[in-house]
Amino acid sequence: MNMFLNFLIAAVFAGTPLLFGTLGEIMSEKAGHLNLGVEGMMAMGACAGFMAGLLTDSFIVALIAAFAAGMLGALIYAVLTVTFMADQNVTGLTLAIFGTGLSNFIGEYMLVNSTSSSLKLPEKITATISNINIPGLSSIPVVGQLFFQYNPFVYLGILVAILCGIYLNHTKMGLNLRAIGENPAAADAAGIKVTKIKYINILLGGGICGIGGAYSSMIICGGVWMSNSVNGLGWIAVALVIFASWSPTKAIFGSFIFGAFNILKYYFPKTWITIPSAFYDMLPFIITALVLVITSIRKSKENSQPASCGVNYFREER
Amino acid sequence: MSKSNETKYAIELKGITKTFGSVVANNNINLTIKYGEILALLGENGSGKTTLMNMLSGIYYPDNGTISVAGEEVAISSPTEAIDFGIGMIHQHFKLVEVLNAMDNIVLGTKEKYLKPKELKDKIQNISSKFGLEVEPEKKIYNMSVSEKQTVEILKVLYRGAQILILDEPTAVLTPQEIEKLFAILRKMKEQGSAIIIITHKLNEVMAISDRVSILRKGELIDTVATKETNEKQLTELMVGRPVSLKIERPEIEKKHTVLNVVDLSVMNDDGTYALRNVNFKLKSGEILGVAGIAGSGQKELCESIAGLMKVKEGAVLCNKENIIGKTPDEIINLGISMSFVPEDRLGMGLVGSMGMVENMMLKSYKNNKGFFIDKKPSRKLSEELKKKLEIVTPNVETPVRMMSGGNVQKVLLGREIESNPNVLITAYPVRGLDINSSYVIYDLLNEQKKKGVAILFIGEDLDVLLELSDRIMVLCHGEVKGIVDAKSTSKEEIGLMMTGKSMEGVDQDE
Repeated sequence: MNMFLNFLIAAVFAGTPLLFGTLGEIMSEKAGHLNLGVEGMMAMGACAGFMAGLLTDSFIVALIAAFAAGMLGALIYAVLTVTFMADQNVTGLTLAIFGTGLSNFIGEYMLVNSTSSSLKLPEKITATISNINIPGLSSIPVVGQLFFQYNPFVYLGILVAILCGIYLNHTKMGLNLRAIGENPAAADAAGIKVTKIKYINILLGGGICGIGGAYSSMIICGGVWMSNSVNGLGWIAVALVIFASWSPTKAIFGSFIFGAFNILKYYFPKTWITIPSAFYDMLPFIITALVLVITSIRKSKENSQPASCGVNYFREER
Repeated sequence: MSKSNETKYAIELKGITKTFGSVVANNNINLTIKYGEILALLGENGSGKTTLMNMLSGIYYPDNGTISVAGEEVAISSPTEAIDFGIGMIHQHFKLVEVLNAMDNIVLGTKEKYLKPKELKDKIQNISSKFGLEVEPEKKIYNMSVSEKQTVEILKVLYRGAQILILDEPTAVLTPQEIEKLFAILRKMKEQGSAIIIITHKLNEVMAISDRVSILRKGELIDTVATKETNEKQLTELMVGRPVSLKIERPEIEKKHTVLNVVDLSVMNDDGTYALRNVNFKLKSGEILGVAGIAGSGQKELCESIAGLMKVKEGAVLCNKENIIGKTPDEIINLGISMSFVPEDRLGMGLVGSMGMVENMMLKSYKNNKGFFIDKKPSRKLSEELKKKLEIVTPNVETPVRMMSGGNVQKVLLGREIESNPNVLITAYPVRGLDINSSYVIYDLLNEQKKKGVAILFIGEDLDVLLELSDRIMVLCHGEVKGIVDAKSTSKEEIGLMMTGKSMEGVDQDE
């Protein structure tokens, strides 16, 4: 029982960076732009968030820096695909490579120029991002452990997911955004400013991805700088968007489930059967493939990728 | 601001000129429309109708000239501004978001504050009943028929308070009954004081709905006439610029033998319903068998199953006593059955848009090519011949076909199929979107083949054309043959009824 509880808690911890990445990608895809550069934007956020935390010792500044860095990555993507009509897939792939490289480069540079042998977050920020303790609630057995003792990132992630859900489905801006992702020509004819709204949402999505990156460098790596801290989470997030069928609220559960797959190898009883750990790493992708098969059999129009996703919009092309 | 007390025009265009590079799309055009009036804008493809209207709806900006709305000179620089001036345009291709419902599509992009679904529904119902529109606000667009989608488009502009409505070829995709319904709505809007401009090249519709007709030719306004004082013949002459015989030839051929015998053909849809059900007909050499039906009644499936592209559930297609079901498309082509299918996007099946004429010719003939490397010479020769014979307008035979105009693309497609000397020619919508001149070239091409003894299956949209061109007409409804009638003795009404499901006695099922 205790083992299972620990497993669930660990799944939430492992799923949170995925949640940010997934939400960011949903925002971008809802605008009709498939951004495969999640990995890169997360890496940029990881680096900026960590370094800002290292230098200022402030959690808020680190968050803002991570968000801004993710937005910067998304800005490169948006300029190329929205304004210059570059191919979305190629641009996204390039961004993934670029972001990871840039992050590692800056990390190495900081390390070489530092006096110590490793970069370690100062004490104040480490305390802020450690698991919170809500008096009364956190000490409730099971329930308290399961719901009220995570680090601030986890709660922020869930809050962002709920806000994204409200924004997409219950506001006029969200309606306009969905229309753009489905049929930009229709939105344009209805007087919606297509380019502006695409930029806003792609950048917003990039920023959210950046925070996910900060989680991996600041929490997963235990406050010590490591290269490649994002380590493929961005790619799983792209797959998770499909698993969550483009819904921010479903993304919450999706990311925790995928988080569970990621840590399953540490919790699966070794006494039963030994499975190579590579098999566990493969699981999220097998599940995504299955989800793809099931959704394409169902052929539901609502729960599928926005119709114009991946296709750049050019008004004069009729 | 207007200096006189004359009735204000809804729209007044003065000296409008628009050029694209060296091409003059509109030259010094003057046009007026009053409130409570329907103006038809008539012209061939490329005569500048759509360009002119796009300037009213804010997509283009005129180089010269002025636009006045309700008596005041205005500058319209975007679709949003056009809506602010009360101008709404219904495009030929609907601008609707498929996964949203009618309500969401209607409010999309409006600047007013958020309305509760109930209030919004009431508001939409009010507008609908005022103009006699029927729409289910919560129905998703992808579940709607073409006519319902059009209604949503109209509601969309009415919701935005448009007083001036521009419709770009609104009837192209509707059945005769749906067209009547649309016209009833337009008349009602006219009574309520709206100004309506309808772009079309169907003369009978111009005569039926409009008060005045403005004719454009090669970017110039030729004339504006009152509908009551004109007739179809005069309008055609104004449009084409020379006397044109509107009669389509129907040469009589001594019928020889049945070339294609379709027996109990059934084809299933993906969802398990019948796309074609027990279709029986005989196609003879030297005849044109017209196929009429509402879009999606099984025309595409019929073409594709004969061409071997579709899986057939039951039945047989006998070509000279040999069953071709189960044969590959390649084997069927070798039997002399040729298909030219012109889908809505024109390129679709048959031609590769980014390739030139030469390479497109080779798609059909590459097998005759011996050796490893391709030999372009025969195809180039053929392309040059076709270009000359069919008067195809293209800079050269290597220009990608997608750069050519619709009519020329269709000539290339049909020309290639004819060049293979088929016994059977299946052609679907060959004049789709073409103007009168190009259409007649295509009809002549088909008649020429008919005289040579080719059996032609002609799938068409325009009933008037089907009635004049075909020898017999087969009517499809929901994948079933409702009857095969003699084109010389039937009427448009009879075919219209059969298209919506009424069965008729077949006139000839004799051998």
